[in-house]
Amino acid sequence: MTKLKFVGESPNRIDGLDKITGAAMYVDDLTFGPDLLHAEIVESPYAHAIIKSIDTSAAEKVPGVVRVVTGKDFPYRFGLYMQDRFIFPTDRVRFVGEQVAAVVARDPKTAKRAAKLVKVVYEELKPVLDLAEALRDDAVLVHPDLGKYPRCAWFFPQAGTNIAHYRKTRKGDVEQGFKQADVILEDTYTVPRYAHCAIEPHVIVGLYDLAGRLTLWSASQSPYTQRHVFAQALAPLGLSHKDIRVVTPYVGGGFGGKAGVSMEIIGAALAIMVKGHPVKVRWSRAQEFYNTYQRQGVIARIKLGVTNDGTITAIEHTLHWDAGGYVEYGANVVNAVGLSATGPYRVPNVKIDSVCVYTNLPPGGPYRGFGYSEFHFGLESHITRVAQKIGMDPVEFRRRNAICEGDTLAYGARMNPSGLHEAINRVAAEIRWGQKESSKDPHKVIGKGFACFWKAPAMPPNAASSAFIKFNEDGSLNISASGMEIGQGYLTVMAQIAAEILTVPVHRIRVEPPDTDRNAYEWQTVGSHVTWGCGNAVKAAAIEVREKMFDVVERALGLAHDTLYVEDEKVKCRVRPDFALPFKDFVISGIQTAQGNFIGGPILGSGVFMPEFTSALSDPETSQGGHPNVHYTVGAAAAILEVDKQTGRMRVLKAVLAVDAGKAIHPGLVKGQVVGGVLQGLATVLYEDIRYDLKGKLLNANFTDYKIPTALDVPVEIVPIIVEVAQPDGPFGARGIGEQTMIPAAAMIANAVDDAVGLRMKGLPITAEKVALELHGIRYDDVKGSYMGLCFAGQPDKYDFRTTTAKKK
Amino acid sequence: MDKQITFKLNGETRTIKVEPSDLLIDVLREKLGVKSPKIGCERGDCGACTVLIDDKSVRSCLILAIESDGSEITTVEGLSRTRLSPVQQSFLEHGSFQCGFCAPGMVLSATELLEKNPHPTEAEVKEALAGNLCRCTGYKPIIEAILALSSKGGKSL
Repeated sequence: MTKLKFVGESPNRIDGLDKITGAAMYVDDLTFGPDLLHAEIVESPYAHAIIKSIDTSAAEKVPGVVRVVTGKDFPYRFGLYMQDRFIFPTDRVRFVGEQVAAVVARDPKTAKRAAKLVKVVYEELKPVLDLAEALRDDAVLVHPDLGKYPRCAWFFPQAGTNIAHYRKTRKGDVEQGFKQADVILEDTYTVPRYAHCAIEPHVIVGLYDLAGRLTLWSASQSPYTQRHVFAQALAPLGLSHKDIRVVTPYVGGGFGGKAGVSMEIIGAALAIMVKGHPVKVRWSRAQEFYNTYQRQGVIARIKLGVTNDGTITAIEHTLHWDAGGYVEYGANVVNAVGLSATGPYRVPNVKIDSVCVYTNLPPGGPYRGFGYSEFHFGLESHITRVAQKIGMDPVEFRRRNAICEGDTLAYGARMNPSGLHEAINRVAAEIRWGQKESSKDPHKVIGKGFACFWKAPAMPPNAASSAFIKFNEDGSLNISASGMEIGQGYLTVMAQIAAEILTVPVHRIRVEPPDTDRNAYEWQTVGSHVTWGCGNAVKAAAIEVREKMFDVVERALGLAHDTLYVEDEKVKCRVRPDFALPFKDFVISGIQTAQGNFIGGPILGSGVFMPEFTSALSDPETSQGGHPNVHYTVGAAAAILEVDKQTGRMRVLKAVLAVDAGKAIHPGLVKGQVVGGVLQGLATVLYEDIRYDLKGKLLNANFTDYKIPTALDVPVEIVPIIVEVAQPDGPFGARGIGEQTMIPAAAMIANAVDDAVGLRMKGLPITAEKVALELHGIRYDDVKGSYMGLCFAGQPDKYDFRTTTAKKK
Repeated sequence: MDKQITFKLNGETRTIKVEPSDLLIDVLREKLGVKSPKIGCERGDCGACTVLIDDKSVRSCLILAIESDGSEITTVEGLSRTRLSPVQQSFLEHGSFQCGFCAPGMVLSATELLEKNPHPTEAEVKEALAGNLCRCTGYKPIIEAILALSSKGGKSL
């Protein structure tokens, strides 16, 4: 293989100047002139209630109010994988803060004042806030019409229950597997909800112009998917895809929260109602917490069988997810976990039940890690515990069971090439695994924790990517695809891939932000798949560009196509060493022949990538038969944690994370993902602590009370390690790594806490408060007061996973 | 009841009518078209709206526009009229941003720190940035960019 010149380098990001000079425009920064209207939302104060009546007359009389919109105007459902959400609900509300009406006014202050005058009469219903209650035979139903909702083929909702989806995976014979085991460990783990906390709140501006075109400027990870969902939802009004345009400039952080469609549907709907005027819907920080998506809460039971020599014989993993009032996207998180909850291990006998349960809390949805962070907390805690139980070193135990290329996955397909063993070994070496460390401070103790991880993109089997490339007159390039620059460095990576094929340096390549009118199709920027999927499309487009250049040179100058190659932005010829034609001399205007005419013209290329080997079709009772995941990205991580025995305060002295990037197109960006992802993961263990009151109202919807880390909270040292076992179908061997970097954090800290102070914490978060209480012999649950962090009452240990409705399965 | 105020914005004297209840962030963004201060939380938690007023970093979502009457306001747009400031250059080289939404506030907080204290320690850098939230980078590359200037002496800001 020839030496790579651009791939594998770490040039300055091509969006760097935009971002550090303030030139970068985000949706809220775009100007729409004095005709811009502003919306304020009327929200439900109840978690579950029937809407008896809505009186908008007083609000409509306020000077400056242009329109008040309710569910009567839009009796339509929408949703990505299942249409269970409502633009504005018409019959009932399903979480505190749900939009019931919107006031559109000339200025935000007027809209806010008028919204308070909308009178909504509710009949309060019993909210479904407890998973055990939600799964009873006589449960109050969050969606009585569940059976009627259109959905994708791989969801299995159970009409007449609160089960929105039930993913079952069965491999081998777990009963036999447990019989072969010398030791069986069974326990329950809990993970509460989390908020994404991108610093840019969601915002959308919609304009339905007088000619009937709907344009939306949206802070989104998913311009094409948004257009598709808008077109589906608004089809009754006669709009089609070509009538709708979604423009996505820079986005101020996504983390999954800006994937799919959440509040954006309101912007699309309101624009329709105020035809001819642009209208802006901008979420407040509080709305950002309760009316976009949240990471779902889960209670999980793990039963793991192992032999004394350290071989896993069977796993039974049951997960009940608190998915919230709507699951049009969140049910796919549950699905993804249901296929992969073995973790990155070779397990011959598998029984996974991943159950998506409607509750009257804010809608659950995608969040960096897509369910894997949640199940890895329990599983990786459990792996360490079971190793300890048989007297084996937990890292050695992981090494023995780590999955290898060709191993059979839980759903029957084969594992892709994987550098998991290398990751484990390099992390263990870097963290000095096995060497006990001690603090000079007698009140402090130091522990080490280890965890492995894996994750596959959770994509529909036809999630396609495509790209256009065109030359400019000076031989510079424009790439127009529809991946989103959400901070990960996508623009720069796409430029590097094209640079490698075409020899045009990265700084001479512009990668355009998406506009569905112009840019090539991309499904969504989620699942850490765009480096792989969109990267493949860009690579294909660049190859097409190169081949077209050779065609022109052959036709104009008679040099055989197969003797041509590119170098330093010139077409060169193997049999004519003196020939070197700079791109800029012909890529727009063509090549002049001896007769004076010109051959060629503007060189354009397009590329398409479709993962044609995947399929979501499988036996619903076992999940066998399909190939739902394209590949897994694997890795390992460890932490050195200092714990203050008096206060419970914890400090991460060192965090190490190795991830198998296949090929790091831009090693600097991979390391950036590791550092950022590790801190976001640590935040879910050490700081972020969501709280609801007992009626389902979120109590800490702001950064004062919901603590995300500041610069003062970073680990003393973070060591990113890049493993490169090539992904054969990835561009230059690359696969995605962005989400994976936060997945192991919770378990590695839980394992380090246990190592340091002998406390096995089985619920997240593991805050200083909880550790201090436990160290003083006080059960946190006994003193926490009357609020909920998790979606069930009572003790996790007593939670009955065979609750009647689920038991039938 | 409008009130006329005058301040120097990025070196240029600007006179504008504001309502007494107008926040500085809204006046900068909506009336003067200066878009680098971002709206992230509207309560002083996140620091995305940071501007320098008389060389001190201020959350422009927490002060009324009329309070800035007679002062000198600097936003990121004012730092690089001719070339990148050393802080910006260092941020660029260290990849001290991902989505970029917090970057204007971070650059200004770093600028303020280095003006006051050209050789900050790591602890001082972290303290100075503690009011600016970033969800992407894990802060490390931001801290490193500032420390690199600290070791260079932080000259010619």
